[in-house]
Amino acid sequence: MRTSLQMPKLGESVVEGTVSRWLKREGDAIAEYEPLLEIITDKVDTEIPSPAAGVLLRIHVPEGETVAVGTVLAEIGEPGDVADEVQPAPAARAGRLSPAVARLLAEHDLDPAAIPASGREGRLTRKDVEAWLASRPQTAAPAAPDAPGELLPLTPMRRRIAEHMLASVRTAPQVTAVYEADMGAALAGREALQAEHPGLRLTPVAWIVAATAQALGENPLLNAEWRADGIFLHHERNIGIAVSLEDGLIVPVIRHADRLALPDLARTIADLATRARSGSLQPDEAQGGTFTITNFGAGGCLVGTPIINQPQAAILGVGALQQRPVVHAGAIVARPMCYLSLSFDHRILDGAVADAFMRCMIDSLESGLNADMEKQD
Amino acid sequence: MAEMTLIEAIRTALDEALAQDERVFVTGEDIGRRGGVFRATQGLYEKYGARRVMDSPLTEMGIIGVGIGAALADLRPVCEIQFADFIHPAFNQIVGEAARMYYRSAGGWQVPLVIRVPYGAVPGGGLYHCQSVEALFAHIPGLKIVVPSTPRDARRLLHGAILDPNPVLFLETKYGYRQIRGEVPEQDAPLLPGPARIAREGGDLSLFAWGLMAFYAEIAAERAAQEDGLDVEVVDLRTLHPLDQESVLGSLRKTGKALVVHEDTRTMGFGAEIAALLVDEAFEYLDGPVKRLTAPDVPAAPFNRGMFDYFLPGPDDIFAAIRELAAY
Repeated sequence: MRTSLQMPKLGESVVEGTVSRWLKREGDAIAEYEPLLEIITDKVDTEIPSPAAGVLLRIHVPEGETVAVGTVLAEIGEPGDVADEVQPAPAARAGRLSPAVARLLAEHDLDPAAIPASGREGRLTRKDVEAWLASRPQTAAPAAPDAPGELLPLTPMRRRIAEHMLASVRTAPQVTAVYEADMGAALAGREALQAEHPGLRLTPVAWIVAATAQALGENPLLNAEWRADGIFLHHERNIGIAVSLEDGLIVPVIRHADRLALPDLARTIADLATRARSGSLQPDEAQGGTFTITNFGAGGCLVGTPIINQPQAAILGVGALQQRPVVHAGAIVARPMCYLSLSFDHRILDGAVADAFMRCMIDSLESGLNADMEKQD
Repeated sequence: MAEMTLIEAIRTALDEALAQDERVFVTGEDIGRRGGVFRATQGLYEKYGARRVMDSPLTEMGIIGVGIGAALADLRPVCEIQFADFIHPAFNQIVGEAARMYYRSAGGWQVPLVIRVPYGAVPGGGLYHCQSVEALFAHIPGLKIVVPSTPRDARRLLHGAILDPNPVLFLETKYGYRQIRGEVPEQDAPLLPGPARIAREGGDLSLFAWGLMAFYAEIAAERAAQEDGLDVEVVDLRTLHPLDQESVLGSLRKTGKALVVHEDTRTMGFGAEIAALLVDEAFEYLDGPVKRLTAPDVPAAPFNRGMFDYFLPGPDDIFAAIRELAAY
């Protein structure tokens, strides 16, 4: 009895996945449901359990390779079983280059494997190469071949982040505007709430999310995306929170952030962050965001220029919370201050709209949004 | 500026040529009192008389023979072959005499002859009224082959063909005679055989066609733009021989993909010549196979309407071929 394991569909819009690590080797015995390999998709890392007990006969997809959903990854059989000959992959055309592509590659000294292919059966087209050339940053003279140094191989996550960041910068004219907020009311609110919910892990981020969700309702252009036929205004306010990981970052999404009362919001944020770090997010939990917040202040950064998480309209960067001297009612006083950096897509909105949104967001933050939020719920 | 059908533009050009140059005369079967089976010469007999709008006996060899003799005597004959299917008896006159006269006489005798030929498939035309003959004659050095696909081009290319000192085969898509309409300026300069026309600019693939297929190609390209967002460059060759190689190669170098559409049958059709040219001169620019969409290799256009539609490439077939090649 043989069982084959296919690349699972890890969420609605997921069409492919990358094998990041095999936890068993060919010939190893394995129990049913025992973790067999790790897969990384566009959105998330996940462990795949063995569908059957037996022996891992054959691994069809090596580590680091990206394959379509449904591709056979491995075969599991009974002990003593021998694997069949592997069927050759249908993508036989992938290695064949048209004369036009071969010429372009030679002229520009390019590696065809590095260029995303859009042609039939994975063929690299002339347009693919031209798009690649157009998007390629003008590189400086290559380093001397014998320069001392070492090459860090790219992890699938590194590659994904690189692709997404590059695509975002290439797609949208992004502008960053910096604002400042007095976090006094938020900190007071936290203290009060903490007293009511002693076990809850409360951070000021929850207040930022709540204020943002509220302001998005009044400024729908910030909760939107650019499309060829118009600007699409999202009716859901799903706020992504960037969580940094050891080797990259991931953005779990708080669905309907505007409908959650503060304690629930704080609980959701803590839960998503914990599971993001332990790699146990469901793929769908990192999808469907309509706006993103990145809390780079946690690392001490005061002001940043975050890059938009495509295809959203904007991203809010939260700087470090600091006691700073400010002028308050004619006197210099120390206040808990924090810089807020908003990067927005200038195709969708202009500075005045961004200002209105941030004014609205900061007003509710500074005027004790706790009460408002409870009311809303 | 006036809107005309293809046949009206041809009639207009004949009328103008007869009026402008006394050396011009037209001859052919039923072209006089009857006005031609397609009415290309309607009203000309009454206007210019029997010496200049001359009915001929039923002999294609004779019509072309008279034309060659008149041309050598410095007249400007415009001969009509009623259907391309009937041109074969005149093959020897055209290929053996007209095309080679200038070479044979070491440049001494020119043959400024125009042969108008309605060609191509029409429903119900069958064996004797549907043939496409461009490839048979494009093989012959010394002949020019012109195939207009718009009323404006038909008028100015017919004037250009009459001005040209060489024998010109002027092929007219009879299925397009009344289907194809277009604006024709009041005043227009003659266009000598040679240059192709970029009917539509695009960067995704090049579509090479002539006559009725060029007309259909523009329809299919518009649909590809609407439905698939594809930018198809349509190159209407207008003259097959001599071929405007620069336009053909230039378009391919821009798009990397080539589709040739003709209603002539496939094997040894003119599409093969274009494919060979592209591979020969622009190999390093090809980003896909050179594809041909043609009538199948069968002896005649079928009478049965369903089979006829299968035989003759139409806008839907062209659209499907565009989509297929674009995805390659």
